[in-house]
Amino acid sequence: MSNMLLEAKEVHTYYGASHILHGIDFHIRQGEGIALMGRNGMGKSTLIKSMLGIVRPRHGRVLVRGDDFTKAPTYKTAQRGIAYVPEGRGIFPNLSVRENLQMAARAGLDGRREWTFDRVMSTFPRLGERINNGGWQLSGGEQQMLTIGRALMTNPDLLILDEATEGLAPLIAMEIWRIVKEIRKTGIATVIVDKNHGAVTSICDRAMILVKGQVVFDGTSEAVRADPELIQKHLGV
Amino acid sequence: MPAGQGTLMDFASFLIQMLNSLQYGLLLFLVASGLTLVFGIMGIINLAHGSFYMIGAYLAFVLTSATGSLFLAILLGIPLTFIVGAFLEWALFSHLYKREHLEQVLLTYGLILIFEELRSLLVGDEVHGVDIPAIFSASIPLSDVLSYPVYRLVISGVCIVLAVALYFVIQRTRLGMMIRAGNHDRTMVEALGININMIYRVVFALGFALAALAGMLAAPISSVFPNMGSHVLIISFVIVVIGGIGSVWGALIAALVIGFADTFGKVLLPDYAGMVVYLVMAVVLLWRPEGILKKG
Repeated sequence: MSNMLLEAKEVHTYYGASHILHGIDFHIRQGEGIALMGRNGMGKSTLIKSMLGIVRPRHGRVLVRGDDFTKAPTYKTAQRGIAYVPEGRGIFPNLSVRENLQMAARAGLDGRREWTFDRVMSTFPRLGERINNGGWQLSGGEQQMLTIGRALMTNPDLLILDEATEGLAPLIAMEIWRIVKEIRKTGIATVIVDKNHGAVTSICDRAMILVKGQVVFDGTSEAVRADPELIQKHLGV
Repeated sequence: MPAGQGTLMDFASFLIQMLNSLQYGLLLFLVASGLTLVFGIMGIINLAHGSFYMIGAYLAFVLTSATGSLFLAILLGIPLTFIVGAFLEWALFSHLYKREHLEQVLLTYGLILIFEELRSLLVGDEVHGVDIPAIFSASIPLSDVLSYPVYRLVISGVCIVLAVALYFVIQRTRLGMMIRAGNHDRTMVEALGININMIYRVVFALGFALAALAGMLAAPISSVFPNMGSHVLIISFVIVVIGGIGSVWGALIAALVIGFADTFGKVLLPDYAGMVVYLVMAVVLLWRPEGILKKG
């Protein structure tokens, strides 16, 4: 299929001597939503970083839109319409809210500029109130909104959210999920890693579960929701 | 009355020392701004940065001899050093980003030796002078016996213009935002689709060109001599540390402080002049261990 956005094929990744990913296959198509699930330390973030070239797989290949990007620098992957919201947020605290957004602004791969500064402002009204504040002055929820807004400024086709609601108050987390649903409706594909299984499976149509660096489940979100045993076995604490 | 007889000075001498301090501090800022950016953003300790200053001064000498004009020499020298800087970043420094400080120090110390040897082979070991351009060769009389050379005012003026331009680039342009963002988190900058290596190359080349420009501007007043970069290197590191590693504005404040401390130290405490700068550094670091302005 030609609408494949991002693929991992038989990817093995190590941190030093520890073998984190054991031959993972992953793929996401245009417009798809994938809930990437699994307990802590099962390799979810490492898989994302391996596909973005932030860490290098030792074996296997990474494809972006069908092209081999296994050894491509991270910025080239990003330029192909893939935006990343990392764990721990990754805003630039030494830049103002406005600058955080402006520095990322870019047309999408097909030249479209649907996500402009103004649109991000209307999607995240709270950021508008803090537009000239330094990034370091934001609350956790505002930082998360800024990181998502900044990712949207690149007009991506795929948005990867790693632990987007970690450490946020429940109300703020709900606000984030509401906005992510809105973003999904515009046709942007998403990969979401989060501990709130109910929320992610309701936003994403597909779910993948990782255990010790291997895929143990790849199917519909409905199938996960309908199978409490699966959740208990691989995701329960 | 002769200037600075130990304890007291008249107003004209005081004014001269003030202007000298300002001019020296601003010139040091040109050198230190590149050093602090390269250190703060790329994490590289570049001992060869003083050599860039030396290269600039020798370029001023060679190109002024060839073209007959310091203006032309500077006009040619800036793009030339920018290109050499970009080349050095590509060929050598880009391989150092993930290396230890020890390896960086070894390579950049080796570069000092190479640059000095090249200087010796190409230009020789004699001390050379560079003429002040005729239109700036006048002096402004301040009292019956004291006057101030116009050329030093020109240096200060050029440095102020460059400091303002640097401020504009770093605070107001997208390139500046990317540089500041890269100072905090290079991986995130890259994940936004920005080629951070290209930004590093530009910053490094800019740092080279600014240090070389400082050497070119200083050549007529300090003359041109072997190892002239080493003193500038040490004092620039003092400025980077006092100002806060990675902070251009910290470097500006620190360069001015050091300019004043050094100039007035030599006048008021001639016996201890060599120590004054380091005393200032010790006091600042006791007050603010991370420098006047913290990174970022």
